[in-house]
Amino acid sequence: MTIALTTPVEPTPVERTLEKTVDGTTVRMSAEQVEAFGAELDAIKERVIADLGERDADYIRRMVKAQRGLEIGGRALLYLPPLWPVATAMLGLSKIIDNMEIGHNVMHGQYDWMGDPALQGRVFEWDTACPAEHWRHSHNYMHHTYTNIVDMDRDIGYGILRMSKDQKWNPYFLGNPVYAFLLMVLFQYGVALHEMETERIRAGEITVGDKREVLKEIWHKTKKQTLKDYVAFPLLAGPFAPFVFAGNLTANLMRNVWAFMIIFCGHFPAGTQEFSIEETKAETRGQWYFRQILGSANLTGGKLFHILSGNLSFQIEHHLFPDLPAHRYAEISGEVRDICRRYGIPYNSGSLPKHFASVVRKIVRLALP
Amino acid sequence: MFTETRKPRLRDKLLRSPLMSVLTGPHGVDSYTELVDPAWTNREARATVLAVRRQTSRSVTLTLEPNRLGERMFAGFRAGQHLTLTVEIDGRRHTRCYSPANGENAGLIELTIGRHDGGLVSSYLYDHARAGLVVGLGAPAGDFTLDSAAQRVLLISGGSGITPVLSMLRTLRARGTATEIAFVHYARGPEDVSYARELAAMADVRVLFGYTRAAGGDLVGRLDAGHLDAAMTDPDAVYVCGPRGLVDAVRSHHPSARSESFVPPVFAVPAETSGGRVSFTDSAVSVDDDGRPLLQQAEDAGLQPQSGCRMGICNTCTRRKTRGAVQNLTTGAVSTADDEDVRICVSVPVGDVDIAL
Repeated sequence: MTIALTTPVEPTPVERTLEKTVDGTTVRMSAEQVEAFGAELDAIKERVIADLGERDADYIRRMVKAQRGLEIGGRALLYLPPLWPVATAMLGLSKIIDNMEIGHNVMHGQYDWMGDPALQGRVFEWDTACPAEHWRHSHNYMHHTYTNIVDMDRDIGYGILRMSKDQKWNPYFLGNPVYAFLLMVLFQYGVALHEMETERIRAGEITVGDKREVLKEIWHKTKKQTLKDYVAFPLLAGPFAPFVFAGNLTANLMRNVWAFMIIFCGHFPAGTQEFSIEETKAETRGQWYFRQILGSANLTGGKLFHILSGNLSFQIEHHLFPDLPAHRYAEISGEVRDICRRYGIPYNSGSLPKHFASVVRKIVRLALP
Repeated sequence: MFTETRKPRLRDKLLRSPLMSVLTGPHGVDSYTELVDPAWTNREARATVLAVRRQTSRSVTLTLEPNRLGERMFAGFRAGQHLTLTVEIDGRRHTRCYSPANGENAGLIELTIGRHDGGLVSSYLYDHARAGLVVGLGAPAGDFTLDSAAQRVLLISGGSGITPVLSMLRTLRARGTATEIAFVHYARGPEDVSYARELAAMADVRVLFGYTRAAGGDLVGRLDAGHLDAAMTDPDAVYVCGPRGLVDAVRSHHPSARSESFVPPVFAVPAETSGGRVSFTDSAVSVDDDGRPLLQQAEDAGLQPQSGCRMGICNTCTRRKTRGAVQNLTTGAVSTADDEDVRICVSVPVGDVDIAL
């Protein structure tokens, strides 16, 4: 499936109105309105891109510096057992910033324009079990292109959960809350295994053998991460090895739980919409923007919260413009919200506790038919 | 000055050990050491600016201390060669080629950079270069080098072409193998000559100046046979670096002259929006531009570049554009600088383009 662009080089997409019912209210837009709406969003993107420069470079370098500082500090202090809680928290924060505000965003190519090889989206590698190359495919391409299209976007349930009532129920899903809990605790390994497409293996469409290469790459990366966190750093601590081991385990757990919560609050809270393959055929850019907004939810919070969420708290802005430096989302969110209001499109935003509670309710409810 | 390539110190051995690679994975040792000192990198050659001099109102002279990797790369520098310098301006890295003016076996790199109108990097360095600035370095390259057997050597340069020729001059004097050296330099006027004092002090070299926009030089008018004869008759070897016209003039008298010509980069976008030549350089395939995105043109040419969303968001198809201009259809932005990464699924060529694909 290819999504058509509104450029002179692509065939003109079929003209049609947009219609989607959200919580009992139907949003309707004519083809002209959709186009005007898309043009307004394009204008925001063009303006930000024209303005990219030193401010953005300084921002991401400050993040890298903070992350490296927390990491070195945390790992060093872990060798002093009385400081275990502080050291572990520092290392956990470092992993969160590495994965969320740096890794996820850099891999989107948000800083490619800088020409700095250390910040190139295509080659960046992050501090987690999932090979960056797999993430670039499953996340940047599949998830961001086919966002919330049931049977296309494998982020709907990650192949193991039932997160939409449009996914057919079977008795396996009785374990939905248990699988979700395990996924949360072991999130880095869950993400690492995403490209294995275990749901297709379960369905007999493919075999494990078809995925041998993928499995090898996952093992290669996971091995290095394990060697670092659970062998090398603990052994260097000599008698304090158990403290270091436990600290690293806890730091990874902190990152796992946090990343799970933020990511699940991006697309699954009450009010976010799913789409069918049928209704998203031959989308125009305006229609694609429309789907990204309805399929995403923002989280409210302070500056530090936004940084630790990798600015995925601006999930709507991120899905509209995945390649704009994420710290810019806060600056454009007012405008995006205003555009949504004018076109009558719901802009889903709420606190982390509120949204996460609604995600948990959904996980439990969808365990049953 | 002569610096032997030093043996790696214990610290560097330790930093390059497999254990450090495990401990600092996946980012690597450099990403930690460069936070202590931006020039402390083992995988990227960098240099620190030690001194900045503005010898003329249109040039800036930088003295650079390469880091260890840079030092190893620079150890093989031969007089007359050039290297690349990378600077970050407003968050973006820009790379340009410059010929060092220092002689061979120098530990420090000396660059004299002429500021030319619209030159982004040269203007930036003229205005902002300061001691402590860290820049990226490339390995020395180029065939414009000295023939070690020559006894009577004639060197000619024009404008900023003085740097590789001065490097040769300094090297020849240090070697002491040439019996006779003459150096002819063309500049707009006396105030535009870098290294004027150093050249004046070279009693063993016949130094002649020709000014194109001022009176008072040793030579009058543009280069002709008379100028060359005044410098040296029947030289064993002739080296010339400068504008195309100067090089051609020298060659008409000395067909065997070794030469290098500086071509300033072109920033203007051609008016033609399609019809240029698109070269996929890694695959040695080129096609006539039909106005569609580069990805489609590459695929129709039988290539299979990686791609994903085909709408400019997923970053899978990003490739390095090594030369020429392209326009991004989703933003309208035109990329003109060489060596920029572009998303080929939404980029159309503007004129001739080289893509590393």
